[in-house]
Amino acid sequence: MTDLTRLTASEIAGLVASGDASAVEVTQAHLDRIAAVDGRINAFLHVDTDGALAAARAVDERRAAGDELGPLAGVPVAVKDVLATRGVPTTVGSKILEGWRPPYDATIVKRLRAAGTVMLGKTNMDEFAMGSSTEYSAYGPTRNPWDTDRIPGGSGGGSAAALAAYEAPLSIGSDTGGSIRQPGAVTGTVGAKPTYGGTSRYGLVAFSSSLDTPGPCARTVLDAALLHEVIGGHDPRDSTSIPAPVPDVVAAAKLGATGDLTGVKLGVVKEFTGEGAEPGVTAAFREAVDTLTKLGAEIVEVSCPHFRYALPAYYLIAPSECSSNLARFDGVRFGLRVGDDGNRSLEEVMSLTREAGFGPEVKRRIMIGTYALSSGYYDAYYGQAQKVRTLITRDFTAAFTQVDALISPTTPFVAFPLGARTSDPYQMYLADLYTIPTNLYGGPGISVPCGLSEGLPVGLQVMAPTMADDRMYRVAAALESAVGTFTPPAL
Amino acid sequence: MAAISREEVAHLARLSRLAVTEEELDIFAGQLDVILQSVAQVGEVAAADIPPTSHSVPLTNVLREDVVVPGLTPQEALSGAPDAEEQRFRVPRILDEDVAS
Repeated sequence: MTDLTRLTASEIAGLVASGDASAVEVTQAHLDRIAAVDGRINAFLHVDTDGALAAARAVDERRAAGDELGPLAGVPVAVKDVLATRGVPTTVGSKILEGWRPPYDATIVKRLRAAGTVMLGKTNMDEFAMGSSTEYSAYGPTRNPWDTDRIPGGSGGGSAAALAAYEAPLSIGSDTGGSIRQPGAVTGTVGAKPTYGGTSRYGLVAFSSSLDTPGPCARTVLDAALLHEVIGGHDPRDSTSIPAPVPDVVAAAKLGATGDLTGVKLGVVKEFTGEGAEPGVTAAFREAVDTLTKLGAEIVEVSCPHFRYALPAYYLIAPSECSSNLARFDGVRFGLRVGDDGNRSLEEVMSLTREAGFGPEVKRRIMIGTYALSSGYYDAYYGQAQKVRTLITRDFTAAFTQVDALISPTTPFVAFPLGARTSDPYQMYLADLYTIPTNLYGGPGISVPCGLSEGLPVGLQVMAPTMADDRMYRVAAALESAVGTFTPPAL
Repeated sequence: MAAISREEVAHLARLSRLAVTEEELDIFAGQLDVILQSVAQVGEVAAADIPPTSHSVPLTNVLREDVVVPGLTPQEALSGAPDAEEQRFRVPRILDEDVAS
């Protein structure tokens, strides 16, 4: 019998639509897989067994009644714990929200439910999506299915590891500086950051509001595109949501899968080659560039001189926004309250609650942001970072007059051992070196597996102009058609 | 020279409403210093005449029709509160002195 957990989302949807497998069978197979392997991976913070089986039964009933099913009906999906799920625990990987059950669904979750997908549960993440290894989760690290002594990337390590461990065929991530793409790269899976504003932030616990972008994760480019189409599009409840249709990402993925990139011009980002990356990453990337050339793409080198300032600008802008956003965790309306003994003042209780509820990386970023926004430092830090953001945007705009899309390695290094970068926060930040410019510009980016280095996956990143998400899917699908997908050793 | 002193970190913690411990202060002072020295690189860019970007989406004043739609019930809104009383969030005292008596 077919192992239902090894199928792609589009294959599962086909079986459910034809009646060759029921949504309940598919869901049960994934729940069994989670029960069998997640003790070693820790991809899930909460498994919603009853909710998943109920959603699956509803799909089977609709099919039996002759209702038309959507393209992903009956397909299980794992949701990063950053999105509010009605009645289902939502922690953002933090102790400060332990036990919180939101009274409402995020727009993306609502759309997933309406499409007939089956939510298996909530995935582990760095606390408040701040981190690149999932080691900053308050609930223990997620482990990389390729090597359980290594990190699965972050912040969305749970969503990526769940795919690589065949616990789910689809998952949702959120990408503020690379939190979808970098975990995709180091787990050998596909992760797409849509254009900022192309996916709704309503119900996404805010970290850095001008950068946060929820998006799809999958094991194939086509599956990511199918999920993108379900969750994307204008949402009147998010005032930064773009009032335009979702680019035709599914058609682009299918076009790319033909393996023909004739007429497509790609720019290799000069600043992201050479020093900084591990030799094995550089070698796999170079080989992928040769492959893209063989597929018909024209490759040129493009200089984006301000990209080298993206990392420092990001680590001023994101903490500044976070220091403001996380003020809402005050021990009053939801989550933890510590030290309320009847004698302490609100301010004392607030400080004790935040001290007990936040982990060290969140505290560091709140303090960095508070510093960068304080009078006397604002112009030199936050103000200057915003100007650098303009220059990075101009680099992108200029590059896209020469090429259709930009390419680079997704991250400078393969999955590193657990604990290797936690004592030096800035070393952790370097994992996002190549992904951050896209967030500052607001355009889309995708990571697609392109090869292995010493047995560990390497990702190639495709960056496209804003609202041209379809371009990156085409290039990624073409590369995938040539190099195939990557399967980790049996767990 | 250090970009930030231990005393400044203590001040930031107070502004941030974080009751950090003495031990944490020692660790954070060193780490924040490394981070701030690194991010200070943005100062190398000549950008005096460059306008700032706060946001990548060129939308301003997004408005909608003022239509009544269902919202959360008081019970739902208070469902996650650490403490509630008479359909309100209950908070610790706000003033230093007990002025209620």
